[in-house]
Amino acid sequence: MKTIILKTASKYLLPLLLLFSVFILLRGHYLPGGGFVGGLIASIAFVVYAFANGLEQTKDLLRIHPGYLMPVGLLIAFVAGISPMFLSALPFMTGEWFAEPLAVIGMVGSALFFDIGVFIVVVGVSLTIIFTITESA
Amino acid sequence: MINHIVLYPILVQLFFAIVLLFAWNSVRLQKSISIFGCIVSLALSIWLFITIWTKGTLTIQAGNWEAPFGITFVADIFAATLVLLTAISGLAVSIFSAGTILRARFKFGYLPIFHFLLLGLNGAFLTGDIFNLYVWFEIIIISSFVLITIGGEKKQLEGAIKYFTLNILASMIFLTAIAVLYGLTGSLNMADLALKVAEIENRGLVEITALLFLIGFGIKAAIFPLYFWLPASYHTPPPAVMAIFGGLLTKVGVYALIRVFTLIFVGEDFLETIILSIAGLTLFSGAVGALVQNNIVKIFSYLIICHIGFMILGLGLYTEAAIAGAVFYLIHDIVVKTNLFMVSGLIYRIKGTFSMRDLGGLYAHYPMFSLLMIIPLFSLIGIPPLSGFWPKLALITESFKIGNYWLIGAVLFATFITLFVIARMWSEVFWKDGPVLNKVPNFRYFQLLNKRQKLQMIVPMVFLAMVSLYIGFGAEHIQRLSSRIAVELMNNQLYIEAVLNK
Repeated sequence: MKTIILKTASKYLLPLLLLFSVFILLRGHYLPGGGFVGGLIASIAFVVYAFANGLEQTKDLLRIHPGYLMPVGLLIAFVAGISPMFLSALPFMTGEWFAEPLAVIGMVGSALFFDIGVFIVVVGVSLTIIFTITESA
Repeated sequence: MINHIVLYPILVQLFFAIVLLFAWNSVRLQKSISIFGCIVSLALSIWLFITIWTKGTLTIQAGNWEAPFGITFVADIFAATLVLLTAISGLAVSIFSAGTILRARFKFGYLPIFHFLLLGLNGAFLTGDIFNLYVWFEIIIISSFVLITIGGEKKQLEGAIKYFTLNILASMIFLTAIAVLYGLTGSLNMADLALKVAEIENRGLVEITALLFLIGFGIKAAIFPLYFWLPASYHTPPPAVMAIFGGLLTKVGVYALIRVFTLIFVGEDFLETIILSIAGLTLFSGAVGALVQNNIVKIFSYLIICHIGFMILGLGLYTEAAIAGAVFYLIHDIVVKTNLFMVSGLIYRIKGTFSMRDLGGLYAHYPMFSLLMIIPLFSLIGIPPLSGFWPKLALITESFKIGNYWLIGAVLFATFITLFVIARMWSEVFWKDGPVLNKVPNFRYFQLLNKRQKLQMIVPMVFLAMVSLYIGFGAEHIQRLSSRIAVELMNNQLYIEAVLNK
């Protein structure tokens, strides 16, 4: 599907979709959204780019193999989960919050880092699956 | 907070699984990390076990949400014992894998998935929430799908399809059962469910829900008549995978059955009759299945089914001594079955075949190995004073008390057939002068392995044989442990109080 329209559109869609995925990730604590959906949207951004410009270019754009994102994301989520055990001797997965809200983002706590971990894992997994299928097709 | 140690066995497995993913490219490093991780996990499990033994049941509320709203993790003595056994088998299989699994399988992430499987097992034993139990079961079956298919041999995929279909079906039935139960009570916390289910007046509906749980867990535990997937799939993956599957996967089903039917669905006569009949038929059909096989791994697979019957029987009899017997059998069975599949792996490495007709002469050529292999084989039959003898004694005594001679007959029949099958295996595989086998080209026979690989095969077998011997000769300790577990299981009030702080 190497049409000029899709190619041009994908150039603009990639940053827009990535931005949207971050927005979805951040609003997810109280409203619909979160790391999983955000991660899917982010991987759609790369999939659309791959449709228009081919797999090789997308891989160059990403620089690293998406598979490496899986352990990184898992580690972030894991550390976010165990942080309350070490910070304040509360049970696993208890929410730890900063006292003051941050501009734009709002309240920041361990739940956000957990979601960021999920986000990265989802991007890693879905891109690995799609790239593998595309390569063998 | 001392309560934190409840989660340590789960967290440590997750941590090492993540570290293993980081070491994706270096197989050597992965092997060392895995073995080190299993040793750490064993140390933590021993610590957890000793703490629970001295201080009693510990609970922790994940996310600090109070029960029954949050997810509770409960380490009572039953859960702690099984976590300890998982760590023991896990360590043995981790070392055994390092010596036997092909490099190509390691390259596709065998070890991280193995640790995710152990994570799921520990989680299933420790959780106190029925939906969370479902999630741990999913982690277990997804990891086991990967382990059973990794390598992609033709027979592996064939076995995997059968395994996959029936286990997904079991999960669906389990999920349906949870949905119905939630509709009835509005709760998912097992302790809270125990209180609420007891108050429901429509007992027919409760019994049907209980039956759904029985079917869901029953498929996973491989009870009669839902066991067909097990002998069709267990002989296909490499021996190290068989060892962890045979040792632990069906036992999670048994654990879940014992937990649910001593905590939530208690005292239904109808259910007890069903469980007792299933137990008798499982003993009978598993034994008959083992009788006609020629492949040693298939024989062990049918013996798994047969011996699940002993544990279900203890649950069905529902007296303190019978439950203690079932728990004792569970402890003995996890160690012995793991060891047996490693034994079959060693035999395969030496001879290049699983077929009893072609095997032979092991005793003449490998007397020391034969001595090592005789320990799990004879423990399995239950030749006194080895470990299988003591729980059967309790089960027969208890069946005698209720005067059900059919059950005594089934127990004796299963024991006798096990004896016969193992004796035949002994004479065929060890005593007989086997035919001269053609050398399989490119097969890495035991003699061709280097010294480290040989040690990695033998050390875990010696380790598990030692544990088996301890269970047999230290039966007094294990009996005291299982009696205490039985007392706690029979008085579910203790569990409820520990979770809900009433």
